[in-house]
Amino acid sequence: MYIGWNILKSLWITFRRFVESYIDDLRWLFKKGFGKRYTPETLPVRQHPLTKRGIFTVQYPAERLPLPERFRGFPFLVYDDETGKLLCTACGTCARVCPPQCIWIVRATDPQTGKPLREPAEFYVDISICMNCGFCAEFCPFDAIKMGHEIEVMAFDRADLLLDLEKLRRPASYDAQIHPTDYAQKQARKGE
Amino acid sequence: MSPRKRQLPEIPPELVGTVHITPIDAIYNWARKRSLWPIFFGLACCAFEMIGTFAARFDPSRFGMEIMRASPRQADLMIINGTVTKKMLPQVVRLYNQMPEPKYVLVMGACAISGGPFQEGYNVVSGIDKYLPVDVYVPGCPPRPEGLIHGILTIHAKMERESLRNLRWYKKGEVPEPIPVPELGPDLVDWRLTEKIEAMQEEVVPSQVE
Amino acid sequence: MNESIGSTTDIVTHLQERFPDAVQPAPAPYQGILVAQDRLVEVATYLRDELDFAYLSSVTVVDYPQPLNGMPACYDVVYHFFQGRGGPLTLHVQADRENPVVPSLVPLFPSALFQEREAWDLMGVRFDGHPDLRRILLWEGFDGHPLRKDWKEVYYEEEHKPFGSRFPDGRPVPAESRSPFGDNLRYPPGWSPRDWRPLVDVWGYAPHDELARQEDPNHPADRVVLNMGPHHPSTHGVLRLLVTLEGERIVKLEPMMGFLHRCHEKIGERNVWLGNIPYTDRLDYVCAMSNELPYVLAVEKLLGVEPPPRAQYIRVIMAEFTRFLNHAVSIGFTGNDLGIYFTAMLYALEEREHILDLFEMVSGSRLMCNYMRFGGVAHDMSEEAIALARALAFERLPRYLDQLESYFTDNELFKARAVGVGVLPPEMAVAYGCTGPLLRASGVPYDVRRAEPYFAYDDFNFDIVVGQNGDVYDRYLVRVGEMRQSLRILQQALNRLPDGPIMAGRKSATLKVPAGESYGRIEAPKGELGFYIVSDGGPNPYRYHIRAPSFVNLGVMGEICWGHLIADVVIILASIDITLGEVDR
Repeated sequence: MYIGWNILKSLWITFRRFVESYIDDLRWLFKKGFGKRYTPETLPVRQHPLTKRGIFTVQYPAERLPLPERFRGFPFLVYDDETGKLLCTACGTCARVCPPQCIWIVRATDPQTGKPLREPAEFYVDISICMNCGFCAEFCPFDAIKMGHEIEVMAFDRADLLLDLEKLRRPASYDAQIHPTDYAQKQARKGE
Repeated sequence: MSPRKRQLPEIPPELVGTVHITPIDAIYNWARKRSLWPIFFGLACCAFEMIGTFAARFDPSRFGMEIMRASPRQADLMIINGTVTKKMLPQVVRLYNQMPEPKYVLVMGACAISGGPFQEGYNVVSGIDKYLPVDVYVPGCPPRPEGLIHGILTIHAKMERESLRNLRWYKKGEVPEPIPVPELGPDLVDWRLTEKIEAMQEEVVPSQVE
Repeated sequence: MNESIGSTTDIVTHLQERFPDAVQPAPAPYQGILVAQDRLVEVATYLRDELDFAYLSSVTVVDYPQPLNGMPACYDVVYHFFQGRGGPLTLHVQADRENPVVPSLVPLFPSALFQEREAWDLMGVRFDGHPDLRRILLWEGFDGHPLRKDWKEVYYEEEHKPFGSRFPDGRPVPAESRSPFGDNLRYPPGWSPRDWRPLVDVWGYAPHDELARQEDPNHPADRVVLNMGPHHPSTHGVLRLLVTLEGERIVKLEPMMGFLHRCHEKIGERNVWLGNIPYTDRLDYVCAMSNELPYVLAVEKLLGVEPPPRAQYIRVIMAEFTRFLNHAVSIGFTGNDLGIYFTAMLYALEEREHILDLFEMVSGSRLMCNYMRFGGVAHDMSEEAIALARALAFERLPRYLDQLESYFTDNELFKARAVGVGVLPPEMAVAYGCTGPLLRASGVPYDVRRAEPYFAYDDFNFDIVVGQNGDVYDRYLVRVGEMRQSLRILQQALNRLPDGPIMAGRKSATLKVPAGESYGRIEAPKGELGFYIVSDGGPNPYRYHIRAPSFVNLGVMGEICWGHLIADVVIILASIDITLGEVDR
């Protein structure tokens, strides 16, 4: 017998899940009132593996998933909010460790003496090659390069994807905002 | 500038009451952008993230594009999702040629943009834009689903700016040439480079004689 | 089987006594034995029939333009043999540099079928007696054998990374500027496309056309050659299947690959040791976490580093979550290919999203985790991550599995399509080197986690799930059983997760690995994933070869599809479970 009990059982499961996605909306409506289901506060509840019921969809772009602190986007260079000076010392560790070799650094030299300075004159990251591995941030001895949380990056021209020093600069406050735990640890180490 | 805000042409006073100008562009573009069908086409790692995007959590049916067409004849959007290799390129170009106008190309991920981390590889095409006209690049390895959706919304915005009056595919006599399909020879044979290759070979041969 | 033979050293001594003039121990940093080229078949037959080395895992070639590590200038063909619980036994055969020819092992071990073709394609070593020695990853007519050390790419910059042009005076130079065509193209001198036509059989139709022309007196219908893919919704990517049909029955089926050949090994030989870890993620992109494990395992073997217990447990947790994820998605794809369309897939992808949330929380990326390091893991699992992992392993995923079984296992439609389809007999499975659920569904209880335990797998109670009939349905059952066992391991590991450091020693970007060779293998979700690496003591691998389970498992596809209907091909392919990133590398 081909069309049997188990097919009906399978269909029942899909049907139940279909109905559940509507029922959950109604449940929220009766409990909390109109328009209360799709709010930022309920997003973690709707996305949690145990409390999730009904529709699983994130209503992007109206709402967005929180990114974990460790999320690796594209690299950026941290500068000090007050002085505006980059933390980067142009040591070249990131350029050496980068697996696809998409970082280029020109070390600045003193115009008078010609000696190399501890800052970059030019810094390029080609994010059309970057594989988001995070090695540059992981191995940077000065915490000067970090992986950002920008996910909506796009371009109409390939040349725009070569980021130079201006496009890579971000303030330290931005770093503290997206990496709070990391930043707190760093401050604690400094205080000691 | 969005079409809704665009100033409609003024109706001459003698025709008021007999002629209505509707924002046909807006309606037309709205219909087009709400039914942008991508071609079911997976190349590499990014394809898996694209499948993830097209599943329950990011649900592209909110944008009218949940249906993925396996046939290029029914598709409007080609998402190049992953490394294009030299062996695969003839098929990619052929699929693109088979898609009807208007068609859009979204390049997803570092590999498809420039070859990415595999750029130096002997079998990797360093950027699909050398062969196909690209509308939007979405970098990342792979981009998060939000990044892909953002790229698709950018294509929507681009469609909104288009007007029936100046669209290429409604003009007479302007049939776009299909892109010559490369062949596999000693290396990938790009027919557009024929003259350049010959010129190069003439340069090479005398130097070898010396 | 000779009972007295136990460890690998004993076997080497035994073989030396048995074949005094053909076998000698390999030179110092290498393991295993060096076999004379003309006696290889004899030694291999003895290994298979008398010593029970029935499983030839990997065949690869190492190019030595100059003598290195005590190996003379040659092409060194390396074979890895395994027994039920022993191994590896490494066989080295040295081929001449001018005209490298080695006898083929395909008549003895069909698992060498694709691997020898790959070695011929990329290294240019001929295998005498191979039934079908054509190029496999590249195409007929490609200029050169690219994995040879003297073969340089168009965008060749330097022998090893890091490149000098990046620092301290690094201005961006696009790679295109290295080629006169502004593209990754190069043509042999004097070659012109004007008179050129693709003469050789680039797309491999010739053997099929020949078969189609033959007439079968018992079957009046014409034979048809059918091309499936590389753009086909059911080939899981860019696989191409070339099929000769008689009516609707398959007479000959041949998987064609290379459409995603990304030159992984060539690039891997240029990278520093550490730089290869993110590249391994891109192999099998469905289960990135477990791809990194055999590579770090192989390097750790050479370094002599043992990761601390917490790191080992975290690795096990990640590997088992990946296995669950892979099997869930694989079953979802099976449903997709059956015509259930997206339902099973959508349910699986929902669980995948939850597991990926965990991966992202722990490692920083959903897909390409880049989480393992030599001697440990990159980051510790936070309390939040452990809580999420517990929620998944104890409640969410078991619930999903129960639901999956209730709508799939007894589903009459699924059974009608799956039972008795694509039967793989156990002898054939072993001979073709199949591993993973494909092998175990045929009734062979072989699992690397038990046969050669790595990390902390010895600490856990779990069963090896074995099927009986070796058909598509049994493969599904084995996958479901393995998911249950994965959850069992996860629950034990999360309950007993020890405290302590997560790295042995310090992280180092520029690592030098002692000279030698090493073969690291794990039970990846798709089968045995092995990394064969050779080090010359420098900061880069000298040879970096990946033995991909999908690639070897595909070798049996032609055999098990024979006589089936064309509609069964997609479901058989789905039940083998391949990822093209791994097949083509």
